[in-house]
Amino acid sequence: MSITYLEAIREAQAKALADDPRVFIYGQDVGSFGGAFKATKNLAQEFPGRVLDAPISEDAMVGSAVGAALQGMRPIIEMQFADFSTVGFNQIVNQAATMYWRTQVPCPVTIRLPFGGLSGGGPFHSQCMEAIYAHYPGLVVMTPATVEDAYSMLIEAVAIDDPVIFCEHKYLYNHLKAEGLPTEAMPAGKARISRAGRDLTIVAYSAMVHEALAVAEELAGEGTEVEVVDLRTVKPLDTDTIMASVARTGRLLCVGEAWPWGGVTAEVVARVASEGFGLLDAPPMRLNAKDTPVPYHPNLWAAHRPTARAIAAAARNLLRL
Amino acid sequence: MVPTIESAAPVEKLSRLREEALRAYRWMLLARFADEKLASLFRGAKIVGGVFLGKGQEALSVALGQSLRRGDVFAPLIRDGAGRLAFGEPLLDGLRTYMGSSLGPMRGRDANVHRGRPKEGLLPMISHLGAMISVVNGVLMARRFQGARNCAGGACVGDGATSTGAFHEALNQAAVEKLPLVVVVANNQFAYSTPTSKQFACQHLVDKAEGYGVAGHVLDGADLLECLAVVGGAVEDARAGRGPQLVVGSLLRLCGHSEADTAGYVSASLRTSPLGRDCLRVAEASLTGRGWLDEASIEAWRRELHQTVEDAVDQVRREPPPDPYREEWTALSTERLREGPPSPAS
Repeated sequence: MSITYLEAIREAQAKALADDPRVFIYGQDVGSFGGAFKATKNLAQEFPGRVLDAPISEDAMVGSAVGAALQGMRPIIEMQFADFSTVGFNQIVNQAATMYWRTQVPCPVTIRLPFGGLSGGGPFHSQCMEAIYAHYPGLVVMTPATVEDAYSMLIEAVAIDDPVIFCEHKYLYNHLKAEGLPTEAMPAGKARISRAGRDLTIVAYSAMVHEALAVAEELAGEGTEVEVVDLRTVKPLDTDTIMASVARTGRLLCVGEAWPWGGVTAEVVARVASEGFGLLDAPPMRLNAKDTPVPYHPNLWAAHRPTARAIAAAARNLLRL
Repeated sequence: MVPTIESAAPVEKLSRLREEALRAYRWMLLARFADEKLASLFRGAKIVGGVFLGKGQEALSVALGQSLRRGDVFAPLIRDGAGRLAFGEPLLDGLRTYMGSSLGPMRGRDANVHRGRPKEGLLPMISHLGAMISVVNGVLMARRFQGARNCAGGACVGDGATSTGAFHEALNQAAVEKLPLVVVVANNQFAYSTPTSKQFACQHLVDKAEGYGVAGHVLDGADLLECLAVVGGAVEDARAGRGPQLVVGSLLRLCGHSEADTAGYVSASLRTSPLGRDCLRVAEASLTGRGWLDEASIEAWRRELHQTVEDAVDQVRREPPPDPYREEWTALSTERLREGPPSPAS
């Protein structure tokens, strides 16, 4: 039986609801409608009273999740699109993220952000928010790239005592399939070597992992071995796995779908440059989207974000240095 | 119509009202002495950061804090020293937080009015106005999930906070979910220096209640007995399942926004208007006028509570400040997900 990334997210929530009476889901259209992307399909029927439709009030959704968490619940908040989490930004970064540090009372809130580009999404339905949340102390930021991780990491997110920003990629929702749900899980906070290689390390996360794997396959045909590191969790960042990979290859290219200023790729390059300078045979490089809002038209959109072709070109340049 | 004490209440009810009013007055007095001491410490540079007093707002504040009970949830704002004490916050919590004692609930990590004890239903406010109301909603939603009955939640805001999106979202959310929420708005005529004419254009803030589909109440914020009756009634209505309640009290803040603010923007005519009455003096006149309290008792209480504050401050003064070398320096509770030091150089 094959299962999609989206179905895995639905199944993870079903398991969390079934296993733990403290879990509930709150978000716009998540109830009998099953969510804008159907990530909560039939959950309101299967778990009556525990999957609640929210008014279009992202601030209040997150604020009330914090209150419920303080009172011993484990809320899952679905943002209809990651972009709309900016309306709840204050509650996420100032309320949820500071609560444990200020009071020593944990705040186990999971906030699901359907993020990243689909052709035609445009400026307000395509954004990548992981870097801005990772910037704030007190948040865990997950970016699963596989069906198995989407399932196991969401279950783990709900179980973690801290607020988790769960970035689920909209392109992967229906494009990515696996044979079934995983029986074993790799813990959050650990990066994975998705493909081993000795010539070049490409660090990526979420949908860009699959672009990087396509590039690795392409370059293998040219006799180059690319190692692909899937960060899985961008905060905490698994610096050890990145550094060990760069120690093997001597070359680093970090790829992100997000904007270029600051962010995850900049953090990876900064850490490798400052802590692993001696491991490098060439300058560490990174590739991101262009520094504009995300364009609507497919022609512009495809050129705005890194593609396998752009990544391959960057990798070849780096291998020549 | 505002209920009055004189409306031929039976003897036992009058006795309960008397007991409630006297208890509330004592909390007001204690809060006022604590405020005056904090102002004095601030002027003597003994407090780092801002000092925000509740002068003139004690009656409204205490009415909510006292109407709530154990098992309820309370989100005070910056002028709610009296309400906090009445709800059960130890006097030491406020003094320790202001004076930076490591033994306070915030352990030097957060300051002044940003204190709380979430496990005891007292929420620690963030600075962003209106943001605590939805947190109260969440606690109440959780209580409903957990099968709790007869609980209520209270949140205090000022007139300024009613202009925020967070206030709107939260009140609407509470109405949709039919939560036992009481929002008390202290309309103290200014948000920092901005007068209400630049804050809202409706006739009266309570008009908003109808728009949200919640019950609305108005009161004279300088009148303790009216505050106790109206706020107490609103809390009981919420507890009884009659949905969210919006209470708007009119009063004047009898101090600056902070102790660094001389409040020159408050006109002399406003200060001498009925809005500018000091709720503490009004309460004393009202309680002595009814024969519930005499001047000698007031004087004895003043001496006692003044000394209580002095003793508490002396104790806090001797307590250790936080130590940066012993500080944990992590914002996550999950040890395995904490990031290590960023680089060997640090």
